[in-house]
Amino acid sequence: MQKRSLVKERLKDDMRRNAGLYLLVVPVLLFYILFCYKPMYGAIIAFKRYSTGDGIWGSPWVGFQNFIDLFQSADFFRILKNTVVISVTSIILGFPAPIILALLINEMKLGPFRKITQTVSYMPHFISLVVICALIRNFVGDGGFIQQIVHFFGGPEGSLLNSSEYFVPIYVLSGIWQEVGWGSIIYIAALSGIDQQMYEAAQIDGAGKWKQMLYITLPGLKPTIIIMLILRLGSILSVGYEKIILLYNPLIYETSDVISTYVYRMGFESQDWSYSTAVGLFNSVVNFGILIIANFLSRKFGETSLF
Amino acid sequence: MSTKIKKSTGEKVFTVFNYIFMSVLIFVTVYPIWYVLVASFSDSNALTGNMSLLFVPIDFTLDAYKMMLKNPMILIGYRNTLLVLVIGVTLNMFLTALGAYFMSRKRVLFKRPITLLIIFTMYFSGGLIPIYLNVRSLGLLDTYAALILPVAINTFNLIIMRTSFTSIPDSLEESAILDGAGHLTLLFRIILPLAKATVAVILLYYAVEHWNSWFNAMIFLNDRDKFPLQLVLQEILIQNDTSSMTQMVSIGDSSSVGETVKYAVIIVSSVPIFCVYPFIQRYFEKGVMIGAVKE
Repeated sequence: MQKRSLVKERLKDDMRRNAGLYLLVVPVLLFYILFCYKPMYGAIIAFKRYSTGDGIWGSPWVGFQNFIDLFQSADFFRILKNTVVISVTSIILGFPAPIILALLINEMKLGPFRKITQTVSYMPHFISLVVICALIRNFVGDGGFIQQIVHFFGGPEGSLLNSSEYFVPIYVLSGIWQEVGWGSIIYIAALSGIDQQMYEAAQIDGAGKWKQMLYITLPGLKPTIIIMLILRLGSILSVGYEKIILLYNPLIYETSDVISTYVYRMGFESQDWSYSTAVGLFNSVVNFGILIIANFLSRKFGETSLF
Repeated sequence: MSTKIKKSTGEKVFTVFNYIFMSVLIFVTVYPIWYVLVASFSDSNALTGNMSLLFVPIDFTLDAYKMMLKNPMILIGYRNTLLVLVIGVTLNMFLTALGAYFMSRKRVLFKRPITLLIIFTMYFSGGLIPIYLNVRSLGLLDTYAALILPVAINTFNLIIMRTSFTSIPDSLEESAILDGAGHLTLLFRIILPLAKATVAVILLYYAVEHWNSWFNAMIFLNDRDKFPLQLVLQEILIQNDTSSMTQMVSIGDSSSVGETVKYAVIIVSSVPIFCVYPFIQRYFEKGVMIGAVKE
């Protein structure tokens, strides 16, 4: 009895003080409910046979049938393999790249040259994906500069985007080209936070550049690197569809079709709404699970975590 | 300090290589963009024959730009993008400021559950198809609202703004409250002006996001009259649909003119970004730093 009235008292007090505040946040909550949580509810059509006429609630339940169809589909292995291959290659090559760039920029002592390098290296991040992909298509397309070089060293005639073995390198390397500078900002910031006196002390003790890097710089970057790595690992199964849709074609589905592009095609081209939702939901759930595991591991072994 | 200690030969070699490497990096980054600029001013037939690196236009001409301007879709795209950008960013800023204000208040009973509700959406989403069906069921297909409402708040930006609001000293707010300021006065008169550096960053992020977005337009719009610039670009650049532009040229020329028109289109669509970029670049950089502050 005592407890209940206490809760009531707190609620009353909160309402009296913050009623206006709650009123202000209503439009924000409306956005999240209408455009984030309502689609999450809509994802239950993954367990139904959705038809536009019956609506989300009225369509008949089919249990896990859509998921079973996915796991038995001939496409499943291909899209899973491609997603993992593209993602892992991107991590192995793309994750260290901005760290290395930051370390190199940090060694540049000529102010203006350093400034120019930074400004130029961020720029591709802001160019639209449509334009970036048009550039890629141009340079690796038939007669394009990169295509000619690859052809000279024994590559195929015609556009490299028509040969399945070139898709992953094109995708990953162009991604690094676009994002390496932008990705380095956070590491440059972390580097500037390292106490300069430690370097001076190390120099006096006779430590060379390499030793300083190993024993001062890298330990100083460790927390940032771990956080960025968790974030990256958490999205290991989410290779975005936008860039791939702009680059691929049916000739190279074998290496370029990933889970998200498959969802896109099954949904918008085949109108198979329930099945494509199931594929997307499978992807979201696995991603979320991976993120939780990565976060748990880093909290346990790396003494830092995302949440 | 470092000048007092003599550099070893290894370090000197490293420094030289570092600068060479960075010069190469700058070249590799800038050249593709430079190439497009130069090619857009080149003669299409001469360009087709050219197989080497290009540094200046071959047979300077403005043909590609003249041809491009004959296509009404470019102007329509520009108009739609500007319209969606202005309305969209206004709504973005308003909602993000409200949300960040709420999340930065102290002693609010339901702040934690509401914050969790918001943050959860960063890590889990209904997925592409449910999002599309949702927009369809709300009757927003083929409206400008479909390009504005589903992206009205970017949760990352919201968190950045919350962080900067939280760092404003309480004393400044308390004196305003004592003077009888309500929530709206506090937010718009005190907090937003104090956080204007962050506000500028977030505004730029949203503006770039709207400027570059094409996918939502592709799935939500059928009406060509509402197409934003990037979707028009996608048709011209990726689907190779230059037909609307080259119809007035004799058959033999059309494909090669189509190529230079593409370059002109890229330049015209990217000019706003390239022009303002050098001036606002340091703000973008700042945004990353604020965003990196761990909770």
